[in-house]
Amino acid sequence: MHDMSAHAHVAHPAPPTSFIRKYIFSLDHKVIGKQYYGLALVAVLVGMFLSWLMRIHLGWTNLAIPGLHLLSSNGAPGNVMTPEFYLQLMTMHATIMVFFVLTTAPFAGFGNFFLPIQVGAEDMPFPRFNMMSFWVTFVAFVVLVSSFFVGDGPTLGGWTQYAPLSAVGSVAGPGEGTGVVLWATSIALFCVGQLLGALNFITTTLDMRTRGMSLWRLPLSAWAWFITSCMGLAAFAVLMPACILLILDHVAGTSFFVPSNLVISDQVQPHSGGSTLLWQHLFWFFGHPEVYVAIVPGMGIISHVLITSMRKPLLSHRVVVYSMGALAVLSYMVYGHHMFVSGMNPISSLAFSFPTLIITIPSTILVLIWLGSLYGARLRITSASLFALGFVSMFISGGVSGFFLAQPSVDIMLHATYFVVGHFHMVMGVAAMFGIFAGTYFWFPKMFGRMMNETLGKIHFWCSFVGTYCIFMPFHYLGMAGNVRRYQAFVNDYTQPLIPLHRFITVAALFTGAAQLIFVYNLIHSRFWGKPAPDNPWQATSLEWSTPSTPPPHNNFGDKLPEVYHDPYQYGVESSVGDYVMQASPEQVETAQDEA
Amino acid sequence: MATTVHEPPKIEKGRDASRLASNSGNGGGRNLVPSVGDLRAVKDYAPPPASTGIWVVLASITMTFLAFTSALIVRQGSALDWRHLVLPRILYLNTLVLLASSVALEVARRKVGAFMSGRRSQVASPARWLYITLFLGLFFVFGQYLAWLQLRSQGLYLATNPNSSFFYVLTAMHALHVLGGLGGLMRVIRRLNQSILRKSTLDATSRYWHFMDVLWVYLLLLLWMKL
Repeated sequence: MHDMSAHAHVAHPAPPTSFIRKYIFSLDHKVIGKQYYGLALVAVLVGMFLSWLMRIHLGWTNLAIPGLHLLSSNGAPGNVMTPEFYLQLMTMHATIMVFFVLTTAPFAGFGNFFLPIQVGAEDMPFPRFNMMSFWVTFVAFVVLVSSFFVGDGPTLGGWTQYAPLSAVGSVAGPGEGTGVVLWATSIALFCVGQLLGALNFITTTLDMRTRGMSLWRLPLSAWAWFITSCMGLAAFAVLMPACILLILDHVAGTSFFVPSNLVISDQVQPHSGGSTLLWQHLFWFFGHPEVYVAIVPGMGIISHVLITSMRKPLLSHRVVVYSMGALAVLSYMVYGHHMFVSGMNPISSLAFSFPTLIITIPSTILVLIWLGSLYGARLRITSASLFALGFVSMFISGGVSGFFLAQPSVDIMLHATYFVVGHFHMVMGVAAMFGIFAGTYFWFPKMFGRMMNETLGKIHFWCSFVGTYCIFMPFHYLGMAGNVRRYQAFVNDYTQPLIPLHRFITVAALFTGAAQLIFVYNLIHSRFWGKPAPDNPWQATSLEWSTPSTPPPHNNFGDKLPEVYHDPYQYGVESSVGDYVMQASPEQVETAQDEA
Repeated sequence: MATTVHEPPKIEKGRDASRLASNSGNGGGRNLVPSVGDLRAVKDYAPPPASTGIWVVLASITMTFLAFTSALIVRQGSALDWRHLVLPRILYLNTLVLLASSVALEVARRKVGAFMSGRRSQVASPARWLYITLFLGLFFVFGQYLAWLQLRSQGLYLATNPNSSFFYVLTAMHALHVLGGLGGLMRVIRRLNQSILRKSTLDATSRYWHFMDVLWVYLLLLLWMKL
């Protein structure tokens, strides 16, 4: 009855034995992390497959793709893609990738597995919420994908679902009725899942740290997950009500987003007075932080990987944390730059343009810290460190075009073109993917107790690195040449000369996509037949490498929780084990710099 | 160059003896081990996760209702179809009921606190106050339902005009959250009866409940001013 240990309810006296409790409805953060990762893996393969179909169609518009009719009842007569079906694929590709891959894998997947271990806890404080978080997300994915097989297919409105066409029902096109309702339901569920996750992430970081683990002793990956969960908390809490209002416009006949006297297909819509800009404001208030939700965990992961590979800390631990925090705060103040051409007041455009330019400062600081720390480092080349370098490269290449887009006058020209598509695919899509890959190659030994094949990993890196540049660099040129995005065919005089470039991109996309099968093979093969992993294969310092077994036991640290004696990245020192001292090691060493 | 000291720095015991059972950081007064060369022992007190968690929950609920509020303001300004709407009288009674439930919960919380610290010998009376809170909460939700019926009888449905849309959406979302709070209260009562209630659980639940009060008063003012 007395105030018992707050921790008692997460202490695991005995690991669960039944199959369902152990692998399906598990309360163990490690299993939930793997479940998230598995969901992201399925989602990324689906999303990539959809992008292949789109790319083939863009290169060879009238080509019949065998079996295409299986995906759509009316979108592929004679297996040739209709324009509407192209847009449906595009919408699903984006939604799946942004929500179920880029948010799920680096944040919910790795974060669930490693955040409690990195802070030295047995589990997250609310394991039931954690389990619900995954299963709600899983149901959200099923609901989204089910729209392929319900009614007239998935929505074609783009992942942004701009009103009013998203809110008036099937009169706006195939999938705009049931498809949108399923989409909005899926996203609302996804928001619930992420909010439950953020609750666990924040409390884990603040309350579950072990003895000696001060906030400044958290590894950068833990910091990144913490900052991301704070961002997600506010962002997803706004998208969910927006989705509810959108669903009500559909099923209850309300007029939140549909204006008066709207005529679609010669029919006056039975709505009045709604505000189309309202949806955009609500969506982008979520949407811009969301791209940082996708990229900030990657920043933390690659910092963690780079430091271990460089065998020295970054130039400044604190500035990296402050910069990620600045990104999080600024990400709410810049969202209007997505609406420069939406008919917003020009003064608002200016007000959103300034923070957009300012947000490049913390980004630039991060890049300079990574590059400056690399200077003079004797980098250990592994698949993980290569992908970490690839992340930095992609983040720079994709980020530079952000300077152009931040200015309303330039953005008006470039906004609806492939320039923007190239920009966000590189800076947020591919960079975040590289962060996921770096994390996978780095942490796989700890997650599964086996090493991945390094040779295959390096082949995978070079194919992905060259391949993604071949795909997304030309997008910028296409955009500057006036190639409008979201078009399913290029029939105008000025776009026809661009078709050969589109075909090159398609070939590059098929090649790069195929190279990902190397990764999938490596993942599956190593899982079962890889070399058994030692406890600390990369000679790293943080707590996940101090677990008594690999993979960690059910309660992470066995009988006794670790105690933390050191800052996270004590490399380049002389200790009894080598050039590093682990956080949980009581050994005292002289350090070159005692930087926090 | 490197010197290895074999004796690890000592770790002070937490200051609160009753909390020493949890050695894992949360709930314990943790004295951080001095970093190498830095002998400042940093005291870092971590509250039980439920105390932090409830603020996280309240933050996200606040964001959700701020989004609804901004939607309401934008929608009001976007067209001339905003009509005046007389709020059902019963809402004011409901407000009093909800405020009373908060008072009852606060009484319960103090009595549980007195029991936990040994100043009281039996748990019957706190449980009684919790049941009163539960009853008042249910009464509030029922009262909101009556308010919806009143609007319906005036011919005001969800899609009738933007005012009624927002009225139904905001009150329904709030009622859903109150129902969630009722679930939390039932959990508290069950754990109290089983003598496994933690103070932090009760505190978190009551913070949530009081927040529902504040949120409702805010919503009532918003609806009263705008509708």
